[in-house]
Amino acid sequence: MTATDTPDGAINESQWRGRYDKREEDAVTEQPPAGRPRLEREARQLLGQLIRPHRRQIILVLALIVGQVSTTMLAPWLIALAIDRGMPQAINGHYRTLTEITGALLVAAATSGVLQWLFLRRSGTIGQAILIDLRRRVFDHSQKLSVSWHERFTSGRVISRLTSDVDTLRELLDASLDGLLLAVLNIVIISVLMVFLDPWLALMALAALIPLFALFRWFSGRSTVAFRRTRETVALVIVQFVETFNGIRAVQSFRREKRNDAIFEGLNQDYRDANSTVFKLHSVFIPGVTLVGNVATVAVLFVGGTRVAEGGLQLGVLTAFLLYLRQFYGPMEDVAIFFNSLQSATAALEKLARVLAEIPSVPEPAQPRALPQPVRGEITFDAVEFSYDAQAERPRIVLHHLDLQIEQGQTVALVGATGAGKTTIAKLISRFYDPSEGTVRLDGVPLAQLTDEDLRSAIVMITQDGFLFSGSVADNIAFGNPGASRAEIEAAARAVGAEEFILKLPEGYDTDVRKRGGRLSAGQRQLVAFARAFLADPAVLILDEATSSLDIPTERAVQRALYTVLHGRTALIIAHRLSTVEIANRVLVLDDGRVVEDGTPQELIEADVKSGGGRFAALHTAWRESLA
Amino acid sequence: MADGAIQTNNSSGAAPPGSVRDLLRLWPWLRPYRGYLIFMLVTATLAMVVQSILPLVTAALIDGPIARRDTSGMYPLIGLALLFGVLEAVLFGLRRRAMTTSALAIETDMRRDFYQHLQRLPVSFHDRWPSGQLLSRVTSDLSTLRRFAGFMAVFFFANLAVIVVVLIMLVRLDAVLGISVCVVMAPLAIATRYYERQYNIEARRAQDLTGDLATGVEESVLGIRVIKSFGRRGQLLENFTSDAQRLREAELKKNRTLANLWTVIGSYPQLVLAGVTFFGVLAVAHGRLSTGELVAFITLQLRLNWPLMALGWLIAGTEETVAASARLFEVFDTKSDIIEPESAARLPVNTGPARLQFDRVSFRFPGAETDTLHELNLDIAAGETMALVGPTGSGKTILTALVARLHDVTGGAIRIDGVAVDRLALDDLRRTVSTAFEDPTLFSASVRENITLGLPDASDEEVREAIEIAQAGFVYELPYGLQTRVGEQGLSLSGGQRQRLALARAVLGRPRVLVLDDPLSALDVHTEALVEGALRRILSSTTALVVAHRASTVLLADRVALLDEGRIVAVGTHSQLLATNDAYRNLLSQKAETRV
Ligand SMILES: Nc1ncnc2c1ncn2[C@@H]1O[C@H](COP(=O)(O)OP(=O)(O)OP(=O)(O)O)[C@@H](O)[C@H]1O
Ligand SMILES: Nc1ncnc2c1ncn2[C@@H]1O[C@H](COP(=O)(O)OP(=O)(O)OP(=O)(O)O)[C@@H](O)[C@H]1O
Ligand SMILES: [Mg+2]
Repeated sequence: MTATDTPDGAINESQWRGRYDKREEDAVTEQPPAGRPRLEREARQLLGQLIRPHRRQIILVLALIVGQVSTTMLAPWLIALAIDRGMPQAINGHYRTLTEITGALLVAAATSGVLQWLFLRRSGTIGQAILIDLRRRVFDHSQKLSVSWHERFTSGRVISRLTSDVDTLRELLDASLDGLLLAVLNIVIISVLMVFLDPWLALMALAALIPLFALFRWFSGRSTVAFRRTRETVALVIVQFVETFNGIRAVQSFRREKRNDAIFEGLNQDYRDANSTVFKLHSVFIPGVTLVGNVATVAVLFVGGTRVAEGGLQLGVLTAFLLYLRQFYGPMEDVAIFFNSLQSATAALEKLARVLAEIPSVPEPAQPRALPQPVRGEITFDAVEFSYDAQAERPRIVLHHLDLQIEQGQTVALVGATGAGKTTIAKLISRFYDPSEGTVRLDGVPLAQLTDEDLRSAIVMITQDGFLFSGSVADNIAFGNPGASRAEIEAAARAVGAEEFILKLPEGYDTDVRKRGGRLSAGQRQLVAFARAFLADPAVLILDEATSSLDIPTERAVQRALYTVLHGRTALIIAHRLSTVEIANRVLVLDDGRVVEDGTPQELIEADVKSGGGRFAALHTAWRESLA
Repeated sequence: MADGAIQTNNSSGAAPPGSVRDLLRLWPWLRPYRGYLIFMLVTATLAMVVQSILPLVTAALIDGPIARRDTSGMYPLIGLALLFGVLEAVLFGLRRRAMTTSALAIETDMRRDFYQHLQRLPVSFHDRWPSGQLLSRVTSDLSTLRRFAGFMAVFFFANLAVIVVVLIMLVRLDAVLGISVCVVMAPLAIATRYYERQYNIEARRAQDLTGDLATGVEESVLGIRVIKSFGRRGQLLENFTSDAQRLREAELKKNRTLANLWTVIGSYPQLVLAGVTFFGVLAVAHGRLSTGELVAFITLQLRLNWPLMALGWLIAGTEETVAASARLFEVFDTKSDIIEPESAARLPVNTGPARLQFDRVSFRFPGAETDTLHELNLDIAAGETMALVGPTGSGKTILTALVARLHDVTGGAIRIDGVAVDRLALDDLRRTVSTAFEDPTLFSASVRENITLGLPDASDEEVREAIEIAQAGFVYELPYGLQTRVGEQGLSLSGGQRQRLALARAVLGRPRVLVLDDPLSALDVHTEALVEGALRRILSSTTALVVAHRASTVLLADRVALLDEGRIVAVGTHSQLLATNDAYRNLLSQKAETRV
């Protein structure tokens, strides 16, 4: 075993993590541009927005709890009544009063029970309504955000926001709100009572609020930072987790387990340290509250006792005071515990509010322009320049000043070396990104001025990876057109030649393809993705290496289908196998982000003969030779 | 309507309810911290004792020195009260400190073990399990566990003790009344037990649904390009909403059971109290009891209220923990079926290429009804390159996965230099066999780290060579060269660039057996030719199995095997097969298309 193999031999992160653009890095760790107050404000605002629709319900809930507290408080009084009034009569053989009072006790107990039940149910319902609202908001917003945001933010982080962070809010809502209300109610009522009993002693007791306030302040300041760190570190744990198990084949076959163990252990420890900071703050804060209460009680006892001894105060008053004090400081701990949950939830809400505040970098237009119907499918690139990392220290320009006009109904093949920028062009037409400069137009309308609805029904792209969702084959095909009937779905599958293998699956169209389509072979996945695009029936179809994993006969079948399907449509085909390109009536050769050749396949091949330097011609020759 | 159906429902089936046995199984993780746990129990109990003494001191103070107006007599007792007051807070703080160390450490240890265990579970396990289910176990279930270990377990015992002590004191105060109270309280235990069971099942379901929700989120994020490309945001939101609603319903069910439980636990003692008042007053009226005794009795009984309420809360927490640990153990109990041999065979010491044999190899996916590969034989001589061709879905990928034991054969054997792969230590085997998969996976790490995945201490020279063979020179032009971070948390690369990195990773260090699954599918013709040229150099010194769809790739190989529906139907050189085998010709010739 080598040194790097040992699981606990800590690996310095700098040895493997690699470097990445600083600014991007900041965006990823979500360092807020604005300071802490702004973040907290965002979180509180979000909380406010979530609560607002439930105002009435919350008032009702408050009423319920006040009712419950009062009925519970009735019990001691009734018991006293039973002893004071009921007993003398009972001694004389009259049980009526006693029975009545016992009845009242029973009624009070039952009422309090019912009110408590109602309270628990109501507040539970409100809490769940708030959670589902929050989840939906964040989910929908994350889906609205651009592909480039997702690339930076990573899937693990989105998952962590929507699971672990939302959970923190759930904990806050679950944390006994009734306990808090009760506590606050108690504290208020008892303060008033104490002031009436003896203003000076009351002043002393209330003076304890000053150190308490300081303690809360201290905790609030420290814990905000600490809680924030827990949110960040747990996200990293999740990111690593998700990444490992999405790449488990590579992990196992390259014996990455031990190194991953070490990496994960580092993240796991970071998370633990973050939590540990929080817990240590607790272990000062909450006992601190107890301590203040206890010391204040003793102080009151001392001063009160002295005054009683000097005759300045009645013993009964002191006794009552002490009893009240217990009910005054006791609930303070509940308040402290609740405050802690609140702080934790605030840190999570900050993160969620950050996501919600993220402005889509590829926004839907505020005043969209209508797309002239029927859609012709004419694509124009007008002086387009593009870089994936325009903000970076060292931006790499991927497309340099591209002017391009794709006519209606044209089938354009895009060829070029890997990394030349073919996929990038396809992504710009699909408006995954907006160009850094210049505009892309569909039928003369800039893509940025089209509604998502219009754009997506006009342009569909089959991506290089052809992502499948877990669910049945039929559902995956229907993703292209959710309204499609089963017959239409089957027709689409038949058209691309996918039917044969689908029918061989154990449950045919209803077979679950499992996560990412793992139940199917690579080629089968591509066929399903193809069928999906056929079903969508767009005016502009983009195929990005959509047949790269197919065997040649199947590919041929797909091409035959393409011939008919592409008729009257605009199509952009990216492929390395030039057989696919042959159905094109125009070829663009891309080199390092520039179009270097443009013409019909015939012209380009002949260019070789005329000028002796055509790239497509060379490609074509090489390809023919490769067929051997 | 087809929408709403793309989601994971697999875990919605009823899982067996967890039992307390699942809690006991946590012991191995708790054991190292048992000292802390005992310490926490002790401090918690002490704190409770101190808490109950404090009022006694106050009472003594009031009844004694203060009532006597003896100012100087007050000091010792005041001092005592102060001492106890401080002591309570200190004990409290100490317990929380101990909890910080132990509960967090237990959680962290379990998370580490869970991750390590998962990494070693076979690919078939990961194919089967929705990822969100695993993730929710490692996050929310483990925090449930942490709360239990740090807090609930201790208070559970402490509260139980208080309740028992109070009941005993009640009996001692007045036997008849006390025993009656005990008897009347008994149904409470039954009701609690009932709700507890119900809550366990409901908690389990909510946890499972939390996992489903996470799965849904992950899919919708990983599939963002497809979703955007088809403009299906609305549909995804609908799916997500219905997942979230299902979770909400489950949570509300839990909430109802909890409300029932708490209400019963909260009000039943109040009803009993009414009874005690009634009969107590009667007893006093008949002279069986003094008023003072009755008041004491009632006061004491009131002290049951809080521990009972707390118990209700603790029971719920415990049940959640039970369900959470049942979920965790479901995974911990899954043993890898890719078993390390007990006494590993050693490969003959040799750094040259190895012979690779498939001997009547059959394979059936778990749960499938038919074999995917049928008794196939293939003998690849040391140093030979064998191409594997076959139509889509014929079983090429699964065949390649068998070599490095990502799956185990279900019949026959694969041998390297005559040793069956399942007799080799996994580490040895996977060091010998190097694979490039059809979908190149990159990790969030530097380019160099990604290439040296299997050989962390490869020399710069070796890395340079691998890059050269895969024609991945573009990496030198990345912003930070080989140190540039790629993968999800780094720079994104084009499809062909990713594929070449995966290829470089596979050829690094000249493995003795090289398995390439369609390694050039995303490359343009020129780059492909360059890679082929470079590959040829190393293929001569290694044994290789190369899956190919194109004739150009097939030409790399010495011989070709034709796979059809899981059977090898022909083996020979490319030209032989082209001349004699129709199926092969049909599969590889592009003739029909070359009309340009
Ligand atoms: N999301 C991204 N972020 C940053 N850079 C990217 C991103 N995607 C691609 N690039 C870079 O942009 C360049 C062009 O990539 P593109 O995917 O368009 O190439 P391509 O021509 O489609 O190549 P291939 O044939 O390999 O798919 C490459 O150098 C690539 O590294
Ligand atoms: N988990 C699974 N359970 C059952 N059958 C499966 C599973 N995974 C794949 N299959 C089936 O096994 C067959 C072989 O798949 P494999 O991925 O090996 O094909 P392939 O020859 O590599 O195809 P391609 O050229 O498309 O990559 C396919 O028909 C596929 O549907
Ligand atoms: Mg395959």
